[in-house]
Amino acid sequence: MRSDLPQGTLDLLILKTVAFGPVHGYAIAQRLQQISRDVVQVPQGSLYPALHRLENRGLLAGDWKETETGREAKFYRLTRKGRAQLEAEAASWQRLAQAVALILKMPEGGAE
Amino acid sequence: MRWIHRLLRRGQMEQQLDKELRFHIDQYTQDLIAQGIDPVEARRRARIELGGLEQSKEACRDARGTRWFEDFIQDVRYTLRTLWQNRGFAAVALVTLALGTGATTVMFSVVDGVLLKPFAYRDPGRLLRLWEQTDYSTIQGNTWSFTYPNYLDCKREMRGLDMLAWTFKRGTVTEPEPAQHQTGVEVPADFFPVLGVPVARGRDFVQQDDRKDATPVAIITHEYWQRHFGGNPAAIGARLVFDGTAYVVIGITPPHFRVEGFEQPIFTPIGLDPAPWLQSRGRHGLHVWARLRPGATLTQAQAELAVIGRRLAQQFPDTNKGRTFMAAPLRPEVDQRSTLWLLQGAVGLVLLIACANIASLLLARAVSRERELATRAALGAGRGRLARQCLTESCVLALTGGLLGTGLAAAGIRPFLAWWPGELLRSDEVRLDVRTLLFALGISLASGILFGLAPAMGSGARSLGRALHSGSRSVGSASRKLQGVFVAAEVAIAIVLLVSAGMLGRTVLRLAALDPGLDIRNVLTARTALSPATLADPARTRAAWNEILDGLRSVPGVEAAATIDTVPMRDGTNQIGYRTQAEPMPDNREPYVLANCVSPDYLKVMRIPLRAGRFITEQDRKGSQSVVVIDEAMARQAFPGENPIGRRVWIGIGPDPAIVVGVVGHVRQWGAGDDDSDQVRAQLYYPFAQVPDQLVRRWSDLMSVAVRASVDPLTLVESLRREVRGAMGDQVLYEVNTMQQLAAAALARQRFLLLLFGIFAGLALLLATIGIYGVLAYLTNRRVPEIGVRIALGATSTDVMSMVLRQSLAMVSIGVALGLGGAIAAVRLLERLVEGARPTPPSTFVTMIAILVAAAFCASFLPAGRASRIDPLLALRQD
Repeated sequence: MRSDLPQGTLDLLILKTVAFGPVHGYAIAQRLQQISRDVVQVPQGSLYPALHRLENRGLLAGDWKETETGREAKFYRLTRKGRAQLEAEAASWQRLAQAVALILKMPEGGAE
Repeated sequence: MRWIHRLLRRGQMEQQLDKELRFHIDQYTQDLIAQGIDPVEARRRARIELGGLEQSKEACRDARGTRWFEDFIQDVRYTLRTLWQNRGFAAVALVTLALGTGATTVMFSVVDGVLLKPFAYRDPGRLLRLWEQTDYSTIQGNTWSFTYPNYLDCKREMRGLDMLAWTFKRGTVTEPEPAQHQTGVEVPADFFPVLGVPVARGRDFVQQDDRKDATPVAIITHEYWQRHFGGNPAAIGARLVFDGTAYVVIGITPPHFRVEGFEQPIFTPIGLDPAPWLQSRGRHGLHVWARLRPGATLTQAQAELAVIGRRLAQQFPDTNKGRTFMAAPLRPEVDQRSTLWLLQGAVGLVLLIACANIASLLLARAVSRERELATRAALGAGRGRLARQCLTESCVLALTGGLLGTGLAAAGIRPFLAWWPGELLRSDEVRLDVRTLLFALGISLASGILFGLAPAMGSGARSLGRALHSGSRSVGSASRKLQGVFVAAEVAIAIVLLVSAGMLGRTVLRLAALDPGLDIRNVLTARTALSPATLADPARTRAAWNEILDGLRSVPGVEAAATIDTVPMRDGTNQIGYRTQAEPMPDNREPYVLANCVSPDYLKVMRIPLRAGRFITEQDRKGSQSVVVIDEAMARQAFPGENPIGRRVWIGIGPDPAIVVGVVGHVRQWGAGDDDSDQVRAQLYYPFAQVPDQLVRRWSDLMSVAVRASVDPLTLVESLRREVRGAMGDQVLYEVNTMQQLAAAALARQRFLLLLFGIFAGLALLLATIGIYGVLAYLTNRRVPEIGVRIALGATSTDVMSMVLRQSLAMVSIGVALGLGGAIAAVRLLERLVEGARPTPPSTFVTMIAILVAAAFCASFLPAGRASRIDPLLALRQD
């Protein structure tokens, strides 16, 4: 069953996805789908506003480059500030997940 | 700053956004086609999953966070475009606003510069004003200026304050030439340091300058230095002979240095002055200011002063019993406060009318744009968004108007001040500065929001479907009501101003027609400074006065000349207590009288009517029986129903009672406006010749001359000056005025208020008339099809006209009813604040309301006439 994305996690997921290297919006959408193994629903309509918001906050930077098919696309990469933010948010997410897992007494629970 | 960058690159950003989203759709479409989906279907699905291209773009723009600003820019551009299309409307609105904000800004900058701004000393917030206060009251109240010994004691003992004192010193400067009367102030050595204003050139006073046996030194103002030393640096060290003492100029103040708002050109050390009054604990006359020392507070200082006051009261019970010292923040004390606030209020009302006017114009426009707005709403514009656009429109209008108004204010502020009657304290500190500009910005924005609010709210409130369907055939009843409210408000405010102006006009007319009690034509008065050399000896002083009078009489054209200490209608009176029996009365129970010290020809000069007995003659001199002449008011007050001639009066000038030898007519000493209401009106004349020797010098300082001429006395001034000059060339006339000028000056405030209120009322009337005309013309225009139907169904042109006029009548009468209440309140206020005002008769209200109703009727007649001539055929075909 696919569930809605918890509030605020879309940003974290985007940051993590971009952390692997410069990537354009469509590829982010694709990768998010793959990584999350179709468990979470990322509405494409909210992807771009999120990208622009993160760029506006200085967490992402965008450059126009050619893709392998020869078209120009906007590639996003993580800024230094973005990396710090990713680490901080990932850590706090993990703490939260562990705490929740502890409460639910399900040590092998699915917050990977 | 990044967002500004983004804004500047807005076009590029939009392009990139489009490119980015299209890339996404294209890629997705290709992937879908690769999965075997039909190309058309693939593209459709790609678009749908993105949630619509335009919607996504909007969401991205929102995410950038500069959305509000982009909308704002868009609104402003849209506004400018529509205003340009409606140039006529824009011009009327801008002129109205420019006048409104301009006038309000000028008034505010005057109020601010004169009343609100602190004095231009260092850290003025820590400066205090100190005074003495008693637990009993005299006719002058219970507050007193300081005595020098009390000041010195406080200054020595106060730990929380650095104190300074100053007192006026008037006299003739005989060097540099020509001889000229001058005022200065006597100050302690630390005067300038305590105020925090260092001298600009030369040196400051030091403690050694501030004692009796020191070499006399003086500091002069920058302006005096420019006027009398031509700005020459050699002025430092130059001689300045002031009131008979030769001072050495040691320093020059920075430009624009003022003492309580006035330029006092010469500063001399107070400790140098041997005047006996300064040594007495019973003689008051010192202004005392102080600066709070670091860490000290006002409350501490007040407590400290109270302790010192109690101690001095015990130590010197004769003078200090029941007396203590008070302190409060140093603020400008301006006697024209009420005039300023009245004008500010009146100007504010004019601005309100201007706002109402523009609001109704905007509303009319908004109504005719109803369909446009409804269409935009249908295309997805939120109500808030539309309201914001309306507000943007009105604010753009208001700010442009405000900008023009500020320009007007900048140009008009000096002429306005030049026009102010009499001397306005600190008027040279009035200027357009940051505070004034902020004020102008504030009122512009406030008025923009005020007159934009109604159309903005209307834009959201209307029902979409109805607006789209209704076409232009009807006028929503809500907007018609709102229009009516604006017209009624304009009418109400106009009535307040009209009635106020009418009331002031009546007052001025009445006061100008009052008999001053003397013949003001061809009389010249001037203060006179005797040669310092004559002042030491009373006999020489008396002789000098006689010589001056003889000299004046020798000028061709002079009919009579006299000395007088308190010239009628000029500032300065001498109020003294008197009694009619020998037994003393408690201090505050004695009746008071205005005492005038004169020479025998005074009656002839002023042509005051003699009612009984005789006036003072040359025979009333030193050593002979003391005499006084009283006026009718005193006769009634002191000897009701009796013959005052031969009765005795004790007035405390000399030990013996004086005999009343004559009764003369009452003179409006206080001026036409104030005389009837003042509590001390009774008058008394006593001969200068009988003033005791020890008082002659002090009396001489205050003496003026009055001259009756057979020609215009202003043509004689130069000859009179020459005759007065004396053997040493150091006797001068100053403050030269004709009695006509003094009488006019006494009414200047009332006339000035009348003039301005008249202008404001005229403006209000004009604006209200335009407003009524505009609203009616608009409403009638909108009802053309309806009126066409009525005419087609048999209505006559009279019916149609009366229908339109009835509509106007309804709006105007509500306005009149509201305005009447406001006018009654305004008139009450004016009656209290304007000297010489009487309760306003209803006829003033009736006349002024009639004027307004007549104007409103004329304004309504045009649209009504046009409506009655509507051709039903054409009207029905419209729209």
